[in-house]
Amino acid sequence: MKSTVDLLIIGGGPAGMSAAVAAYDAGVRDILILERDAHLGGILQQCIHGGFGLHRFGEELTGPEYAGRYAAMVKEREIPYLCNTMVMHLDENRRVTAMNEEYGLFTIDARAVILAMGCRERPKGALGIAGTRPAGIFTAGTAQKYVNMKGYMPGREVVILGSGDIGLIMARRMTLEGATVKAVCELLPYSGGLARNIEQCLNDFDIPLYLSHTVTEIHGKERVTGVTVAAVDENRRPKSETARFIPCDTLLLSCGLIPENELTKEAGVPLDRVTGGAIVDQNRETAVAGIFSCGNVLHVHDLVDYVSEEAALAGNSAARYLRGESEKKIAVGLKTDGRVRYTVPTHVTEAKDVTVYFRVSDVFRDARVEVRLGDEVLLSRKKLKLAPGEMETVTLKKEWLDKADGKELSFAIVTA
Amino acid sequence: MTRNLTCIVCPRGCEMTVLLDENKKFLSAEGNACPRGLSYAESECTAPVRSLASTVLTESGKLLPVKSASPIPKGKLFDAMREIRVALAPDTLCVGDVVLADLAGTGVALVATANAADL
Repeated sequence: MKSTVDLLIIGGGPAGMSAAVAAYDAGVRDILILERDAHLGGILQQCIHGGFGLHRFGEELTGPEYAGRYAAMVKEREIPYLCNTMVMHLDENRRVTAMNEEYGLFTIDARAVILAMGCRERPKGALGIAGTRPAGIFTAGTAQKYVNMKGYMPGREVVILGSGDIGLIMARRMTLEGATVKAVCELLPYSGGLARNIEQCLNDFDIPLYLSHTVTEIHGKERVTGVTVAAVDENRRPKSETARFIPCDTLLLSCGLIPENELTKEAGVPLDRVTGGAIVDQNRETAVAGIFSCGNVLHVHDLVDYVSEEAALAGNSAARYLRGESEKKIAVGLKTDGRVRYTVPTHVTEAKDVTVYFRVSDVFRDARVEVRLGDEVLLSRKKLKLAPGEMETVTLKKEWLDKADGKELSFAIVTA
Repeated sequence: MTRNLTCIVCPRGCEMTVLLDENKKFLSAEGNACPRGLSYAESECTAPVRSLASTVLTESGKLLPVKSASPIPKGKLFDAMREIRVALAPDTLCVGDVVLADLAGTGVALVATANAADL
């Protein structure tokens, strides 16, 4: 095993593969991807449903097809990658400690590192549901892996807590495989999933979606026998008079995704409190020189197409960094009003057109997205509907950034 | 009469209002951001179709992801699943190769979405 590499990419999912391809195409030749799974592709391998790639490839692909296209690009370029390889540690000098069966424990010094580890699901321990802890409680993604990759059905009568897209997709998938999905409960008054998934995964199969509802108790000793479901008030507290028992043998949790940043923290990279991902500039470079971050480890994306796009940007940035071209010219902070929950990037260091991704805190109708410099409104864009489940973008113009050097641009949602 | 629809063609999920005549025949639609929404609305009000994705067991006992090559009638989804459940795929199949030529009598093929050798 060699001990140095120009660019080391942690994670061989959609972000890692796209970053590798972009860096290669920008001239970097000494690249290594480390992937803990047995294959490249990441979570796309178990997302056998369609709906991926409309932006990136102009056609609707399934997860394995989308992953396969990027894996083919990696292989065409003969970019080295190691599967079944777990990264154990990353330090601020970009020394990576990893292990696999073939090489045991090994270290590699990288001139640049791209973090592309993705995210994981919020587990039951983080939800604080009362009752027993019998078998039959799964995150939706775990159930997806069982059904689509292992050929096991987790259960026959299912209640789903949370209406994220993976939960909705699994409601349809388990129904098609013969299970009965009795209810999807969502704590919030709106679903975090895409409208098309509510339609084709729930409505198509007459699966009820209970908004402003939660699971208040899990029943069963060895195996789940049912759950108590109740409506919640505006403060998200259960209303006990509405509680009712739903018999089921399985509870799926689709309650949000958390960027997986243990390695990032070990390297001393500061994280954003809202996204749970690194604080980055427009190049996706973190506060630690030569360490970049992209994809769902940086902030949870709605579509994989945007993961690929962002990762390509990180790959290009790493290539520039390796050529010694990264110049810091300006300092512009991006501030949010709370209705805009966060922005990626969090700050801008170069005066050029910069696309900013953000998410909103609530559903807003007939609203305007505003970007201001002090009292001056630089951009005011009308939006019929803004929802927390969807990522929004705004492109900052070079001249605004020139003007804002040393100051902050503020992002706000304005409603009538 | 009118009918409200959520377009499922792309992740945008346009909310549409469809105008139907007294025989529930499609007349027009609004709220769609693109022409694909219009054809979705007409199809949805005439003969709704859905894409189907699932897995098929391979000869070596792995799960091969598959999809319908094009959308099939919504009412045929469970018939198609019954055929998919008992199908067996050779280990030589590649992305796009046909697993079942005529899914549940729809005339639509079931195709592989991964290379069986890479599983």
